[in-house]
This record gives sequence, structure tokens and C-alpha cells, in this order.
Amino acid sequence: MKFTTLMASAALALGLASGAIADGDEKTKVGFVYVGPIGDGGWTYEHDKGRMAVEAEFGDKVETVYVENVAEGPDSERVMTQMALDGADLIFTTSFGYMDPTINVAAKFPNVKFEHATGYKRADNVSIYSARFYEGRAIQGHIAGKMTKSNVVGYIGSFPIPEVIRGINSAYIHAKKANPDVEFKVIWVYTWFDPAKEADAAKVLIEQGADVVLQHTDSTAPQAAAQEAGNVVTFGQASDMGQYAPFPRVSSIIDDWAPYYIARTKAVMDGTWESTATWDGIGAGMVGIGEITDAVPADVKAEALALKAALADGSYHAFTGPLNKQDGTPWLAEGETADDGTLAGMNFYVEGIEGEIPQ
Amino acid sequence: MDLSAINPILLIAAMIGAATPILLAAIGELVAERAGVLNLGVEGMMITGAVCGFIIAVNTGSPTVGFVAAAVGGAVLSLLFAFLTQIALANQVASGLALTLFGLGLSALMGQRYVGIKPPRTEATPLGPLADIPVIGPIIFGHDLIVYLGLVIVAATWATLKFTRAGLILRAVGENHDAAHALGYKVKRIRTLAIMFGGACAGLGGAYISLVRVPQWTEGMTAGVGWIALALVVFASWKPWRVLLGAYLFGGITQLQLNLQGAGVAIPVEYLAMSPYIVTIIVLVILSSDKSRAPGSLGRIFHASG
Repeated sequence: MKFTTLMASAALALGLASGAIADGDEKTKVGFVYVGPIGDGGWTYEHDKGRMAVEAEFGDKVETVYVENVAEGPDSERVMTQMALDGADLIFTTSFGYMDPTINVAAKFPNVKFEHATGYKRADNVSIYSARFYEGRAIQGHIAGKMTKSNVVGYIGSFPIPEVIRGINSAYIHAKKANPDVEFKVIWVYTWFDPAKEADAAKVLIEQGADVVLQHTDSTAPQAAAQEAGNVVTFGQASDMGQYAPFPRVSSIIDDWAPYYIARTKAVMDGTWESTATWDGIGAGMVGIGEITDAVPADVKAEALALKAALADGSYHAFTGPLNKQDGTPWLAEGETADDGTLAGMNFYVEGIEGEIPQ
Repeated sequence: MDLSAINPILLIAAMIGAATPILLAAIGELVAERAGVLNLGVEGMMITGAVCGFIIAVNTGSPTVGFVAAAVGGAVLSLLFAFLTQIALANQVASGLALTLFGLGLSALMGQRYVGIKPPRTEATPLGPLADIPVIGPIIFGHDLIVYLGLVIVAATWATLKFTRAGLILRAVGENHDAAHALGYKVKRIRTLAIMFGGACAGLGGAYISLVRVPQWTEGMTAGVGWIALALVVFASWKPWRVLLGAYLFGGITQLQLNLQGAGVAIPVEYLAMSPYIVTIIVLVILSSDKSRAPGSLGRIFHASG
């Protein structure tokens, strides 16, 4: 064995040992890996609110640590390994791109529990959790379809992954129902967080005639761009973004991770933690709909709230047939609803959306 | 595909705006490099300028004061680099990288209470009837003052380097600092001033992002513009007008690719996304096939005993 490998495995063994010792501690240590800064006002901000809720719930019995601005890919593997070596009992990895790194690190630390957000790979010590954001998108789509005067709705996509594509489809289906003339323009920016790029994308969409801009990126920059333009409707993404209410931000999707984080931390404390797959929506409270402001006409607001109620009690599914795929092939028959497997791996647009999904 | 959705007038106007932060940062770095100093801290100075400008603009309500504060902030941070490399004689590459890391951290700390706040609006320059001229009006006369300031700085830098004694001295220091020293020029003083000019320009460029382009403060919001500016100086062969060309090309193609995506052009998005980098590099490499080369003393430490 080479000297370096020897040292590496010695370090790893030491780490495993110290991890095991830490398990015996009274304090439960919970780690969080964030993709953006906690001050992004969107995605990471809400995860950090969940972390603070865990601290508030358990007080001295829990210790939380977090690392922000962790790039997806190898860098995140290093951060997770460090957290596990430092004795974390439970680690939440809060972005899609941490999927493979989480699985890799989890294999090295069988005694540490991992929770990966928005992914689809599980292991004995890796749970997955996500929220049915597409339910919120359905409501946004409905309001967008009713509010647009130019019939052009802009959509800022981050990465072409199932979660984002689901959102585009759900918003489009409901915008189309509300307004048959509506057209979607999608711009992919290939980042979760880059205010300048997000602002540029929003401006371009507005210049090309969009008077409603939906975003699937984490900063409030598109809101600022819409406010500057003056007559453009936006929706808060991941967080309320209430500083832009009542206009341009007319509603929002709010991620509420706190109950889940508290429940999972409790499970680790009690020793009842098991690998699970959680996918909750409006009904379970994981997806919140921010206040619909008075900039939205009262009848549209009432329809949106009715849609929200139907999605919450399960009487309506956001993907209900008849629906065709973009190329015209049938997907869902009349009254049929999409199964979770198809939704989780969604890689196609529904009929009517123009453009191609980058592969 | 619907190319008619792209408005060429708005596109060109947007291009000029998008290019301004890169242009400002690059022209400042150009002056520093012509004086023989390789400062890799552009990103750090930009983000510090962005936060300084933002804080002051929010507190005073005046974007103009904000921009002045941004230039001062960038210059003050660059003094740290000047101290390390000119007085402590530290390695310029390492010091520059340290400056970037320090600037990113410092700005995050300073900006903590300013997340989610809206800065005062930077108005377009009041050029009266000129802005109403069709086509040319919105493209040339519809911008804020900083855009014109950027162009003035480029022209002034070019003229100073080419035609004035001060420019000649600056270039002499950059080409051969021992010879310049032997002639009695204060190498360290001249380089410190060049570094501060670079810092001030980078700070202005950063503030243009936080006060005009986005406009709000978020951590790490310059997102690599400083590195693009650094690369641009090299590809532009240390010539001011080529820096301008490169910045406009880069800004223009960035805007164009977003527009093409919005119009639904059937080019894979990945190619569109990499196009600004590739086109800018290709054009500037072709241009620099003449005999231009780096300043002779670039990146070398000067000590008077040498």
C-alpha cells in the first residue's frame, strides 16, 4: 500500500471512529449544505429558516452547522465529508446537484443519516424529500394566463431537470386553460443563483413582449427587473419575496421545510430514523402559496384559491388528462392523472409549448 | 422560431449596458498591467465596490455619491494589494488571489444588512432631444452617465498612454523597471497609483452591477465578471480600444444568446451559452496575431537594490 493511501485510509478510519463517538454524545449534530448564500431571499433562505426552526424546537439538545455557497459536484462531496468527520449525525443536502455526491459520501459513513432534497437516488442511510412545487405552479399558471395582456409569458429556467420541467408544464397547462392564446417563452440560464444573469434573462423576456415572468431561480433579481419595467407581473419563488408585493409580485410559492426538518431530527434523536421518500404538496403544508395581492382581480383570485383548495384536498391533480406530449403523442387519457414515477423523471414538454428541452 | 420578437435597437442598447462593468474593470486592470503589475484581485475589488456603492447610495439616496464611494472603496482595497506587492514585496499572483478571496468575504460581511433593499434609481443622462432621435437615440443617447464615463476613460487611457509624457513613463516602468528606476522615476509610487486606478475602475464596474444592472445587493453578485475582465486584457493585447471591442462583443453576444433563446431558435442552448466566451476569444486572438506582447516587467517584483 502506498504511503498516501495508507494515510488516507487511516484518516478515514479515524473519522469513522470519531463519528461513532460523536453518536454517543447527548447533542444531536445536524448539518446543512446550501447551494446559495442564506441571504438569497429565496431557496437557501427558506432552508435556513428550517434549520433555525430545528434549533428553536430542540434548543440545547441539538447543534446545527451549515455551509453556504457550496458548488454542486466534487466540492460538495468535500464539504459533506468534512461535516461527517466533524461528527454530524444527520446531514441535509439541499440541491439537486448534490445527488451523486450525497450517495458517495453516505456509502463512506454508514452511521450518518443523509437527507437529499429534490433528487431520486436513495440508500439505506439516504432519504429523499421534495415538495410538489408543481401544485403551486398550477396556481401561478392560472393567474398568469388571466393577467397577461400580451399573451406572452416568460419563464426563467435554471437547469433542464425534471423538477424545473414539471413546473413549466404545470404552469403552461393551467395558463392555457385560463387563456387559450397564451404562449410561453423559456430561457435557460444554467445557474440557480446569479443575480446579474437572472436580471438579464428577465429583461430579455420583457423586451420580447412578456408581461408575466415566472422564475425558477433563487434570487430576487427578476423581481427587480420587472419592477423597473413597470407593467410586468412576477411571482415569488421558493420564498415569499414580499418586499416586491403588491406589484410586480402578485403571489408566490413558499417552501416550508421546518416541520419536515424537525420531524427528521426527532427521528434521529429517537433512533427511529429510516430511509424514506417524501414528496409533499400544498395539502401537507410543504408548499405554501403566498398572499395573492389586490393587483389580481377578485374573480381571478377566487378561482386561484379554489384551485389551491382542490389541489390541497386531493380532489384535483395538477396533471389531469387529456394531455398530449409536445410531439402530439397521447400521454394521459381523459380524467387520468400522472403517476409519481413519470413526474419524478419528467423530461418532455406537454403539447403546445414551443422550443426544445436542452439535453 | 420568431426572430421578429427580437428588437435590434433594444438589443444593442442592452449590449452597451451589459458590457459596461466588464469594460470598466478591464480598462483599470489594463493600466495596472501596463505599469507592470499583475493584479488578480479584480473580482475582489469589484464586489467591494459593488457593496460600498450600494450602501452609500442607499444611505444618501444618491446613486452618484454611491458610484464615487464605490471607486474609493475599490481603490482603498487595492491599496492593500499595493502594500503587499510594492512594500512587502510579496508575490503578485498570490496577493491578487488573496485580494479576491478577501474582497468576497469582506463584501458579504458589509452587505449583511442590505439584502433585499432597493437602491435609488440611476436615471438616464438628460440629453434632451437627442434621446428622441429614432434608432440612434435609444442606442447612443439613452444611457446613464456611467456608460459614457466608461467610454471617456477608455479614450483618455488610450490618449494618455500614447501621447503624453505620463503615459510614456508608465509604460517605461512596465517594460523595464530597472531602467526606469535608473532614469530616476519612482517605480513604486507610479505602480501604486496605477494599482489604485485599477481598483477605482473595478469598484465602479462592481457598483454598476449592484446599482444599475441588477439592481440590488446579494452576496457574490459579480459572479466571475472580474475574471472575464482579466482575461479580456490579455486577449486584447493590452490595447484600450481592443478592450472596448472585446467587452462589447462579450456583452453583445451574452444578450444575443438570451434573445435567441427567447425567440426559440433551434440551436442547442449549451452552444449559445458558451458563444460569448468563444467568439470573444477567437476575435481577439486573431487581432493579436500582430507583434503585440505583454509588458516586459509584468508580474515581476521590483526592488531598488536590484
